[in-house]
Amino acid sequence: MSTDFLRAGGPAPELSPLGELDRCEAVPKLIGDPNDFLIVAGLAGTAKDAAALCEPQANYFACAGIMGGATAMGIGLALSQPQRRVLVLTGDGELLMNVGSLATVGIMKPPNLSIVCVDNGHYGETGYQKSHTSLGVDLATIALGSGIDAVRTVTQDSEIADAAALIRQMDAPSFVLLKVKPTDPPKIRRSLDATWAKNRFREALLGTG
Amino acid sequence: MAEQAVWTDELYRILREWDVTQFSYVPDAGHAVAINRSLEDPDVHSIPLTTEEEGIAMLAGAHLGGARGVAMMQSSGVGNCVNMFSLVKNGQFPMLLLVSMRGDFGEGNPWQMPMGQTVQPILETCGFVCIRVERPDEVAEAMQAACTMVFQSGQAVAVLLTQRLIGAKAF
Repeated sequence: MSTDFLRAGGPAPELSPLGELDRCEAVPKLIGDPNDFLIVAGLAGTAKDAAALCEPQANYFACAGIMGGATAMGIGLALSQPQRRVLVLTGDGELLMNVGSLATVGIMKPPNLSIVCVDNGHYGETGYQKSHTSLGVDLATIALGSGIDAVRTVTQDSEIADAAALIRQMDAPSFVLLKVKPTDPPKIRRSLDATWAKNRFREALLGTG
Repeated sequence: MAEQAVWTDELYRILREWDVTQFSYVPDAGHAVAINRSLEDPDVHSIPLTTEEEGIAMLAGAHLGGARGVAMMQSSGVGNCVNMFSLVKNGQFPMLLLVSMRGDFGEGNPWQMPMGQTVQPILETCGFVCIRVERPDEVAEAMQAACTMVFQSGQAVAVLLTQRLIGAKAF
């Protein structure tokens, strides 16, 4: 069986519709004021999205590893800070690596947790190979099936406002699948020092001592 | 099981004394009593996981938010966590693991042996201090020591509840 369809830029059988939105515009538009949230960002593209959005504020923790851990980290943060909105900003590949985390969200239902999956259908940092979501896998359906009721798929600019309101609700967890073009995230140099980022985040949130 | 209830109650009480409020786990027999206590306790979050590695990232998230957690797992689950353990050396996140041992003293299921025998070397390589508990009368002291090291000294500690303590599963 030919696996040509897996190659970056290769021919494709039944493709999921690719996003038309540019992540560099759509992510900031969807999130709005990042200071409304405590943000956990998954590695690679979304870590850069978050850094570009949030710096120099300290209200975000962006991973550069532990692929698959962002949503679980968000759950731990959300449960620890029930009065604050917690946003997990992650990519399709990162989320798929531990897609069972959506089931954990679905059963725990932290009301202050939102997940935004920036879905470009490709593994951006390794040569833009197609990921499962450009080959028919639908993370919004998986989120619904995991027990998360507030789910939106955003493919057009006109759909962003509704999703932006949804991620701000505090009565139930929400999931927004933001379909974007497989283009580069913001070019931003960011610190990869997790100890520093952890300490900075905690000091801003909890104070010193 | 009655004797397990006694030392597990001690274990749970000590965790609550140290203000642990997030209890995550993939359920296993060795932690059954502690898991049930957490389910009955209105002041804590009892969090079943789809895989043990979620619990490690979750502990980091709890720490970011100023809360304390514990990840309870069977020895076989430690293998699922290894990449998440990067958070220990590469973030100096405090971590408390409770590991109920299989593949240990008197194991009757060969499938459990590989992880059982490699758990401690793996954990230590990843930056955890391991405390083995072999007897019921060691549990309270081990838990106090572990909690002090994690929540006061910011370390990563795994308390290994050995098969000698829990008893080998009968097949």
